[in-house]
Amino acid sequence: MMPEAALQTVLIAMLGGAIRVSTPYLFVALGETITEKSGRINLGLEGNLVLGAMVAYALSFHTGLPWLGVAGAFAAGLVLGLLHGTICSLPKVNDIAVGIALMSFGIGIAFFFGKPYIQPQAPRLEGLALGEWSSNPALRQALQINPLFFLGLVIAVALWWALANTRPGLILRMTGDSEPSARAMGVNPVRVRILATVLGGGLAGIGGSFLSLSYPGSWNEGLSSGQGLMAVALVIFARWNPLRCVWAALLFGAAGALGPALQSVGISQGYYFFNAAPYILTLFIMVASARSGVAAHAAPGELSIVK
Amino acid sequence: MTLHTLNRRTLLKTGAAGIGAAMLPFGLPRLAAAQEALTIGVVYVGAKDDFGWNQAHAVAMEILKATPNVTVVEEENVPETDACAKSMESMINIDGAKLILGTSFGYYTPFMLDLAAKYPDVAFRHAAPLWKDSDPANAGSYFCYLNQAHYVDGVAAGLSSASGKIGFVAAKPIPSVLSNINSVLLGARSVRPDATVQVIFTGDWSMPVREAEAANALVDAGCDVLTCHVDGPKVVIETAEARGVKSCGHNASQAPLAPKGFITGAEYKWETIYTMYADMLAKGEALPNVVVGGYHNDMVRNTAYGAGATPEAIAAADAAIAGLKEGKPIYVGPLKDNAGNVVIDKTYDNYDPYLDGMNYLLEGVIGSIT
Repeated sequence: MMPEAALQTVLIAMLGGAIRVSTPYLFVALGETITEKSGRINLGLEGNLVLGAMVAYALSFHTGLPWLGVAGAFAAGLVLGLLHGTICSLPKVNDIAVGIALMSFGIGIAFFFGKPYIQPQAPRLEGLALGEWSSNPALRQALQINPLFFLGLVIAVALWWALANTRPGLILRMTGDSEPSARAMGVNPVRVRILATVLGGGLAGIGGSFLSLSYPGSWNEGLSSGQGLMAVALVIFARWNPLRCVWAALLFGAAGALGPALQSVGISQGYYFFNAAPYILTLFIMVASARSGVAAHAAPGELSIVK
Repeated sequence: MTLHTLNRRTLLKTGAAGIGAAMLPFGLPRLAAAQEALTIGVVYVGAKDDFGWNQAHAVAMEILKATPNVTVVEEENVPETDACAKSMESMINIDGAKLILGTSFGYYTPFMLDLAAKYPDVAFRHAAPLWKDSDPANAGSYFCYLNQAHYVDGVAAGLSSASGKIGFVAAKPIPSVLSNINSVLLGARSVRPDATVQVIFTGDWSMPVREAEAANALVDAGCDVLTCHVDGPKVVIETAEARGVKSCGHNASQAPLAPKGFITGAEYKWETIYTMYADMLAKGEALPNVVVGGYHNDMVRNTAYGAGATPEAIAAADAAIAGLKEGKPIYVGPLKDNAGNVVIDKTYDNYDPYLDGMNYLLEGVIGSIT
């Protein structure tokens, strides 16, 4: 294969991968951003992701309506978020420990109720064919974009705008930065945090529905290879900024597509290394952002890990 | 997903053991009666209805469960770590299992070997050709040479493909995976000398997102038939069908997943081995250390042909199956690897131990094992 052609193939695959693989990261990261902006950490979003994937697949299978599945995944995520938010509002409860417990809980009930849905095929969410103008089938495939990806972009922009320009956004940021100020304003921090955790959990559930209904588009117990956990790390990299969450998610998606894409053009040596690219990237990002004073400044002041 | 290793079963059994010990004076007669029945413990690395490797074993265990006096205890999603040793040990100590079947490659060394030394009265059998004479006598291996069915896949794929380019999504470069890849190539080249097999390794047995990426990348590279060796082939077969290319299955039947493009698939018949083990233990006979088989002794099969198979492909594949049943060799030497070195110097029998150490991809395979 010509080197230029090979490079083009890899770039198209990374573009496609960025769009296909990034959506679950994006939803979980946006959900976690909302939660952390209120001053609380929910490490259990992996559980919301897996449960959302299962619920979406089951609903789509029974009703034949994939969008109802997405709504169901959102609802399942809300319930898990409510559980986390409520438990963490009790005195002397550590939100990190609760998050890990709820992650196991969410995954456990998803596996338990998901057993009958591993075999059947459920209707999937159809992508929008945006590459019809191109004669390159690989590019056409890469631009077969799921509406959920655009929904994620819209939510990211809306969230970014709302955090900076609206009263609820201000209340959320204030609760996360300084609980005493919030109280002085007459805001009930517990209520804000529960709401933020519930909403964040719901978004993570939608991320799960993308996994089971779009890409890779089936339900089984190995479906999420830790995307929910990686996305929590992405939030720190994105410095709690919804727009940066978009870039971070796209970067992770592209890094994940690198391994298979390089092998497909014949660069097959060292595929373990290339497959590890997203994780290596996480490590570097965490080291780099931990050393930056800007990141420390951007962190919500009430977060238990920075206090 | 190694995070949720705190498994339900261990937890329940530990609790049950405590209760059992407390009730020991009252429970003894029932325990004695229960020991006449044969208990077989089986450990799976993934879900037992994964459309793949674990399902192939679980289907065979279901057949075994119907056998009188046989109790089967199963555990799913057990990683290839210390967790598998704990599961097996609890099956021995709590359920009274006399035969432990470890169905994932990484269970054997060191976990099953250590347990075999610790429990000399229990038979340990592992589903990969790894047993050596120096290993404990109560351990052993069983294996079906699925590459024979993959060879048939290759024959059918070669005659069903327009481009002659077959894509292969593989998990890890261990000998049985490499043998399946090489057999697909040799099958395809037996009917179409210019055929190639392009392989992408995902690095692990169950990585659905990366498997979908790999399948898409292979289609983008021009492959018009996809097959795979991963634990759950569902994602690869569904992606192939969605991209409008043909597919060959692996481990269990995936025919329902690809009504338009399915050609055929390589399937295990573990029940042949499992019912044999149960019969021998019931008669009080010692199990053989190594049981291997393929087409000649009914241990593998090919899935019924799907809509993707052309009439010529079906005829050639049927002829290939007939040849394998008579022992016709797949590896007809000399053969070179894809770096140009002669790796197979002469023609080897399909069960020759030399082939179990395969660590190369033959000429015609695009890919690398490192």
